[in-house]
Amino acid sequence: MKYKVTYIEDSGKAHTVELAEGWSLMEGAVKHLIPGIDADCGGACACATCQVYIAPEWQAKLPPKSEMEETMLDFAPDVKPTSRLSCQLRMEAELDGIVLNLPKSQH
Amino acid sequence: MAENIVIIGAGQAGIQAVESLRKEGFTGPITMVGDEAYPPYQRPPLSKAYLLGAFERARLFLKADNYYAEAGCELILNTSAKAIHRAERMVELNDGRKLAYDKLLLATGARVRKLRCPGADLPGVHYLKTIADVDGLQAVFQAGKRIAIVGGGYIGLEVAAVGAKRGLDVTVFEAMDRLMARAVSPVLSDFYAREHEKAGVKLKLNTGVEGFEGNGKVERVIAGGKAYDADIVLVGIGVIPCQELAQDAGLACTDGIVVDQNARTADPHIWAAGDCTRHTGREGQEIRLECVQNAIDQAKHAALSMTDKHKTYSEVPWFWSDQYDLKLQIAGLARPTDTLVLRGDPATRKFAVFHLRDGKVAAVEAVNAAPEYMIGKKLVAEGKAVAAETLADLSIPMKQMA
Repeated sequence: MKYKVTYIEDSGKAHTVELAEGWSLMEGAVKHLIPGIDADCGGACACATCQVYIAPEWQAKLPPKSEMEETMLDFAPDVKPTSRLSCQLRMEAELDGIVLNLPKSQH
Repeated sequence: MAENIVIIGAGQAGIQAVESLRKEGFTGPITMVGDEAYPPYQRPPLSKAYLLGAFERARLFLKADNYYAEAGCELILNTSAKAIHRAERMVELNDGRKLAYDKLLLATGARVRKLRCPGADLPGVHYLKTIADVDGLQAVFQAGKRIAIVGGGYIGLEVAAVGAKRGLDVTVFEAMDRLMARAVSPVLSDFYAREHEKAGVKLKLNTGVEGFEGNGKVERVIAGGKAYDADIVLVGIGVIPCQELAQDAGLACTDGIVVDQNARTADPHIWAAGDCTRHTGREGQEIRLECVQNAIDQAKHAALSMTDKHKTYSEVPWFWSDQYDLKLQIAGLARPTDTLVLRGDPATRKFAVFHLRDGKVAAVEAVNAAPEYMIGKKLVAEGKAVAAETLADLSIPMKQMA
């Protein structure tokens, strides 16, 4: 199954793409050439360069942050209460239509 | 006419260069040549989630298929470069094609070091570097099989962890007296040895492999004068930089293609980046790094330099390894003379080792300890001095040391 996800660049430019179930929201951006997510480590939760901001209404549907994600995020630039590492979020039916805002820079 | 760039090597460094060249405003044609059947992909998951079967192949690729057309990058796969004709600024490919270049980037990577002992060519002796390697190993990587792993480094131990999880009977042979001796400090070697033993992995330290025996395929490993039965052998004893192309073209190579801090070779039209290079590191020493970080950062610097924006490469090297539920993260390059400071108790499976040099934090090794890693990396980058007692005191949060 594929579901929709919308990425909004810091400039306001929006990209809506389809992403297969089980793939990470980071991969959705990288594979669809959406600028704003670096993901240097490829999704190993080792670099904190795939930060996104997610609106509160979607936050409730996300799995809680692991301790590793929580601590990696502590050290990413421009962290907000709505920040998540997109490599740690897997696409599923519940997240169909989710909207992610991308930070200005990952470094 | 706009100048053109040719990139030899379609790995992490090559693709990063394409991306960075476009980001830096380079608009000319780019041609990337790779000797594997696949477009650039991530290697780190190969010995981890991909071998475990938890990561489908499509997810390994670093870019979507349409990226190359959109980025104006011609991708030539299944093809290697045979020679660089520097005077004519032309690369000759093994299929006879000739590619003229204005600027050339060598991102040829590294290849596995092979064993030369008797029986090393027997079927059943595997190496792990490419998708094809893992697919070959996958076919025989089944529960109940006895796998002998030669080399207790990152690759060997990641495969050991996946093997134990998949129900294989795993034995690791390591010639040195401890695991990952080249990469981590003794505290971590001992910790990882215990973790592997807990998972049922048999470790044979101080045990060099002398040969393999078998009828038509490998059946026994001869190590330390003894014979061990094995169905599969996986050799992970390091890599060798692919420098022959540069060397044959008369470029300086010393265990790696020699480049400066802008990723330039001595030829003003040729750059090199990634595992294939030797460069002067941020501490002034000559180093060759084998890691994703170096591939990405050096390629970024090459792209800057190729577009006449020179910036000195001085990023802190970082590495990671996933074994079982343990995430090992390392920043900086340790030296044997560093003073070691342990923070946390390895028995809790969450701890870090800081390396102090002249009182300053020079490297950090963190196990399941992201704050120690992230703050430690920052301390290394800034060359900040922190007292050993402070680093060792768990009641002082890492954030206070930043």
